[in-house]
Amino acid sequence: MSLLEVRDLSIRYGATDVVSGLDFDVAPGEAVGLVGASGSGKSQTALAIMGLLPRAASISGSVRLGPHELLGAPARVLDRVRPTRIAMVFQDPAQALNPYLRVGRQLVRILEQHRIARGASARQKVVEMLARVGLPDAPRQAAAWPHELSGGMRQRVMIASALLAGPELLVADEPTTALDVTVQAQILDLLESLRQDTALLLITHDLGIVAGRCERMLVLEAGRLVESGPVREVFSRPQAAGTEALLAATPAPGAAREAVAGPEVFRIEGAAVCYRPRRGPPLHAVRGVGLAVARGEIVAVVGESGAGKTSLGRAALGLVPLAAGRIVLAGSELAPLAADRSLAARRAVQLVFQDPAASLNPRLTVSDIVAEPLTVHEPGLKAAERGSRVEAALAATGLEAGFMTRYPHELSGGQAQRVAIARALILEPRVLICDEAVAALDGRARRRILGLFDTARAETGLAVIFITHDLGVAQEMAHRVLVMYLGRLAELGPAVAVLSQPLHPYTQALLAAVPRADPRDPGGRATITGEVPSPVATPAGCAFHPRCPRAEGRCAEERPAARGVAGSRVACHFAEEFLAGDAPA
Amino acid sequence: MNALPRTFAGLRASRTARVCVVLLALIVLAALVGPLVSPHDYQRADFDRILVPPGSGDAHVFGTDDLGRDLFVRTMLGTRITILVAVVASIVSLVIGVAYGALAGLAGGRVDALMMRFVDTLYALPFIFLVILLMVAFERNFLLIFVAIGAINWLDMARIVRGQTLSLKEREFVQAARLIGVSTPRILLRHIAPNLVGVVIVYLTLTIPQAILVESFLSFLGLGIQEPQTSLGALVDAGVNQMEGAAWMLLIPATLLAVILLCFNFLGDAMRDAVDVRGAR
Repeated sequence: MSLLEVRDLSIRYGATDVVSGLDFDVAPGEAVGLVGASGSGKSQTALAIMGLLPRAASISGSVRLGPHELLGAPARVLDRVRPTRIAMVFQDPAQALNPYLRVGRQLVRILEQHRIARGASARQKVVEMLARVGLPDAPRQAAAWPHELSGGMRQRVMIASALLAGPELLVADEPTTALDVTVQAQILDLLESLRQDTALLLITHDLGIVAGRCERMLVLEAGRLVESGPVREVFSRPQAAGTEALLAATPAPGAAREAVAGPEVFRIEGAAVCYRPRRGPPLHAVRGVGLAVARGEIVAVVGESGAGKTSLGRAALGLVPLAAGRIVLAGSELAPLAADRSLAARRAVQLVFQDPAASLNPRLTVSDIVAEPLTVHEPGLKAAERGSRVEAALAATGLEAGFMTRYPHELSGGQAQRVAIARALILEPRVLICDEAVAALDGRARRRILGLFDTARAETGLAVIFITHDLGVAQEMAHRVLVMYLGRLAELGPAVAVLSQPLHPYTQALLAAVPRADPRDPGGRATITGEVPSPVATPAGCAFHPRCPRAEGRCAEERPAARGVAGSRVACHFAEEFLAGDAPA
Repeated sequence: MNALPRTFAGLRASRTARVCVVLLALIVLAALVGPLVSPHDYQRADFDRILVPPGSGDAHVFGTDDLGRDLFVRTMLGTRITILVAVVASIVSLVIGVAYGALAGLAGGRVDALMMRFVDTLYALPFIFLVILLMVAFERNFLLIFVAIGAINWLDMARIVRGQTLSLKEREFVQAARLIGVSTPRILLRHIAPNLVGVVIVYLTLTIPQAILVESFLSFLGLGIQEPQTSLGALVDAGVNQMEGAAWMLLIPATLLAVILLCFNFLGDAMRDAVDVRGAR
């Protein structure tokens, strides 16, 4: 007896098939993962189930929820079914909440609309639900506006609103993609503990999440169901090539890379970055962080949003002024601002942005984009010679000469990022700073770019500072890892040590929260609570102590200094105890 | 610089846009060729043929006016002048507006604030009043109309270009160029200007009908083009006086004016869509 029956579901836009001939069931109370790469049609499927597809879509097949046929059902029927029998949690809670209504009011409306409760009893129910989803001080938070809540809290409110009317099926479309990894673990825990009898259709691109949270999984590829079955079976014996590709694309829980030794090329000393808004208190984004990078080394800078990683990178590039500290390139100090640096110094430090599409001028061809650094730094170059240099730089990133006449909008995300890297590497810089450069890319594109860095390291001794929120990526790429929390160093050391025996509770929590594509050891556990506080009001003592499972009275008063512990630098009072094996439960 | 071809490709895809382009081309062609092939002259009065209705012999296709002048030739002449005024005024507003807006946006900070407050001040002036004063104070001439209309329109253009420049300046590809060490003039020329083209073209197609309206309005008030020269606005004005006896004198130029305005407006919308599609990509 299944709760949801999808039969021969097809969705097309004009001549483009987005989903074709999809069949699957969801049993009552079951958790099913719907996975696939971007563009595989998984979100379209969710929208079709919810009756939310735009008019332009032509849909055929059948979606039955109990006695109700949902496809093509009139609004009257859908309004009876949503959200009392089927409800949805969207990816971006910031957009799913009405910014002009207090959150409690939005939830009360749901109860009133469906005549479940009204007045004082509805308000009471809402406050209870908000407390259940873990909103601290729920009666007060019910009166908050959506913009006053953090991303994680907003998603909790969304879950509360979805569960409020007691649906039998919850459809969650990438519910944690917009959140930090520790918050993701908390939200997924919450979904699991609250849904009880509610069935869950969890849509995600992250196989790690499915491995830990679902009983069955469905794999979509180009709009077709290529595989389905119990999670453990699919993971251990993938039948379809698409599944294997997806599995291969997930960062493997394998070993981190060994450290490399070499002369230092770039050093950030005691860097501090402070933004002073016209109104309000100054924001200390980075507070005294030092980092030295060796020739041919890849250093990952990790941390949740608000950790100051991006500000650190920008300061190294001279895009934001340093409040304190200095930047040293191969033994000589650089001017703090890029505008004051010599052309040679600018040439030596290059940047790759997070969003490849935004970092390429849409009006220039690929060859113009890649050639631009040469026209600035080597103006004497003849056109033919420049052309061949550009071709060589593109070839090094795996793009054939045919790409030279294309425009950025004609490239995929991975191709665009390779163009951006070719533009940065054509100058043969000493240091490359990558700000979340692979966050928008799938596993294959990511591995390609890693390969590219490795070649450049071997050939020109390129050093890479790799800013990422994803420890999985750090594990795959980095020789050394710098973990930051609220603008300060938490832990810095060889990737092997930091990722296998973390000496800071924050690193431990980050590691535990990373979902792994392994049903026997899925990771993705929330070992810390709460979210990163605002950098404007950092806690006294150790900034991490309010969230730290290990914190003692001393942590609230005394800020731990970063010190050397077994080859790493750690800023925790208990680092030595962790080293001695006295790990917390 | 592939903004233009791509915009045009987008336009070809829209049926409304195609129809508008064809209609406008026909109107311009008729306005240019019509007076040459017609046996009549635009200013010769023929008091034996006053207010002849359209199509009643003597090759007066649109009939004649209250002075016995051929209305077809006069309408075509008026169309020429109306479109000329509109195009020239739009170019004036384009040049001033783009230069001023891009400069303010690029400079940013205090310079930008000062420049934009100046624009705000000009906005606050009652422009039609000012134009009327100008017309009264100086000899009425063509040039003055161009300048007056252009002076009104550049304000909007400056605001739009400035806003666009401000946002482009923060885009990552401009930052990337800065990091590489590209000089500011080169950034402006290679990275900012080409990305303004789309918006500017769109806005230009929308300022043209605006300029036509202002010109017609001035002529209707008797402040624009002076007899025996004429424009569509002046013809409508003349037609209103003869509305009861000779409705064609009002309907013909008014319809033509409406068609031209609608065509430009639809074209502007289609252009905006064409540019948006690329922007949204």
